[in-house]
Amino acid sequence: MTEPIKVELTVPSISDYVGVARLTASGVANRMKFTHEDIEDIKIAVSEACTNAVQYAYGDNIGKVNLTFSIYDTYLEIQVRDQGLGFNIETKKDPNAASDPEKIGLGLGIVFMKSLMDTVDYQSSEGNGTVVTMTKKVPVARASL
Amino acid sequence: MVLDLNVSIREKDSVPIIDLEGEIDVYTYPKLSDALKLVFEQYPVTKNIIINLSQVRYIDSTGLGVIANGANQISRLSEGNINIINATPQIRKIFDVSGLISANFNLFDNEEIALSNLNNNNS
Repeated sequence: MTEPIKVELTVPSISDYVGVARLTASGVANRMKFTHEDIEDIKIAVSEACTNAVQYAYGDNIGKVNLTFSIYDTYLEIQVRDQGLGFNIETKKDPNAASDPEKIGLGLGIVFMKSLMDTVDYQSSEGNGTVVTMTKKVPVARASL
Repeated sequence: MVLDLNVSIREKDSVPIIDLEGEIDVYTYPKLSDALKLVFEQYPVTKNIIINLSQVRYIDSTGLGVIANGANQISRLSEGNINIINATPQIRKIFDVSGLISANFNLFDNEEIALSNLNNNNS
């Protein structure tokens, strides 16, 4: 496997910049010749991962959300990382999610990521941040070239 | 491309209609939330609210959460419904994936069909 081309972005954990992450995802996916529908799916998945970081990672503080887009010949890998509060992955429960009625989104973020991307891996532990790694295969026509 | 949301409210056939333009995400959702709050204040007994997504390029679970909260509220207040019109195929897919289509939540192809259905249900 050849080394991927990497595009990296760091945004603050505030809602204003989730759209910026989405634009970057859209640009990278466009360069990889994904279909319009695939690009829209990727935008939502990235946005959901970033929204989770914005809403839950750092409590009332502002931290960093790091995104890495790794461009392989046949697929795109996207990693969204924060160094925030994390949560107990064993119980699949975010310690912040249930306690704040202002948080919006119905908890559908992970559902969307898993429905719209080919693979989703969630790594988190309390006090050690969260890493979401997602992949999506490029359209078959491009992969066969 | 503007990463923002423009909101306007109008009325047709006594039904409040919220017209949206732009993107609905964690940054812009308060504008939709405020619009729904205003509609509930101005139309406290309405049984239907129409949300027009014809100019909406993007929505995720945050936007769906606001719409779902609105559907719950109108159901409680008047046993009413939220009616979505002009959703693109991609946005319809998001509604399908979310499983949000329910008794208090309708999807119509356009405003004319929505108002016709709502008027038929009221007659």
